[in-house]
Amino acid sequence: MGTIAHQFDSAEQQQEAATLGMWVFLATEVLFFGAMFLGYSVYRSAYPAAFGEASRHLDILLGSINTAVLLCSSLTMAMAVHAAQLGSRRLCIGFLCGTMGLGAVFLGIKFYEYVEKYREGLIPAIHFEFHGADPQHAAIFYVFYFIMTGMHALHMVIGISLMGVLAWITRKGRISAGYYTPVEMGGLYWHFVDIVWVFLFPLLYLVDRSQ
Amino acid sequence: MSETIVPRKTYVTVWAALLLLLLSTIAVSYIHLGWLNPVAAVGIAAMKAAIIILYFMHVRYSPRLVWVFVGAGFFWVLILFAITFGDYLTRGYLPAPAIWQP
Repeated sequence: MGTIAHQFDSAEQQQEAATLGMWVFLATEVLFFGAMFLGYSVYRSAYPAAFGEASRHLDILLGSINTAVLLCSSLTMAMAVHAAQLGSRRLCIGFLCGTMGLGAVFLGIKFYEYVEKYREGLIPAIHFEFHGADPQHAAIFYVFYFIMTGMHALHMVIGISLMGVLAWITRKGRISAGYYTPVEMGGLYWHFVDIVWVFLFPLLYLVDRSQ
Repeated sequence: MSETIVPRKTYVTVWAALLLLLLSTIAVSYIHLGWLNPVAAVGIAAMKAAIIILYFMHVRYSPRLVWVFVGAGFFWVLILFAITFGDYLTRGYLPAPAIWQP
């Protein structure tokens, strides 16, 4: 059996406390991103046409591929937790590395998109030459785009580092069928970051595509 | 540990459903539905989020107390949106949504 800290009666109680604590943290994260989604919604309601035009300049193919990559990484993450629950460390490490790899692919594509946006002159305050009907308000869309995807990318970097630590402690033999809480909590974090992207993708890439 | 071990098949099914929903959200965005477009986009995203939370994040198999904690975060975002938009939409700061116009 795994380690039980002295303040807990049982491994189950310890695991439940960790899960609740993690969800409290995730609730603060929901509100952190929620505030940005709120700001986005207010400005999109105010300038729907400018937001639509600005959104159509984003690369829908790369955005869609990245969404699929993240959904696949959530599957490998769920499989890593599953392997940890069964106590198969090698499989768990393999799936954690797969998750890190897919996370890196996501960041690579995101970086390429940022470079493209720089080339096209769509980065407010740095290089902005928008030739649409309403460049002033299109700039607001790009500010939200870069801040929201940037904060999401930062969470991805943290997530990938976290997966590295989990793979390391699994290798060290600190994860077993009796104690896999760290892998499970890392999984919650990873899936949460995936959920943020699930909302970012349609709100940033799919505004007014039918025009 | 007493926690339920979800079979791998469930995870693969959930993953396939997520990819299907991704394709449907892209397809729907190219159909002109007016104010229903953003509603569909957020609705499909909410469905994806719900199945990730329930299956990948094991909330479906978790104690009810965890459900309360999960719900609290999203409920507070709802308050944030409701009060802010209650203000913006009723003071004429924003154009009235198309759905309100005759």
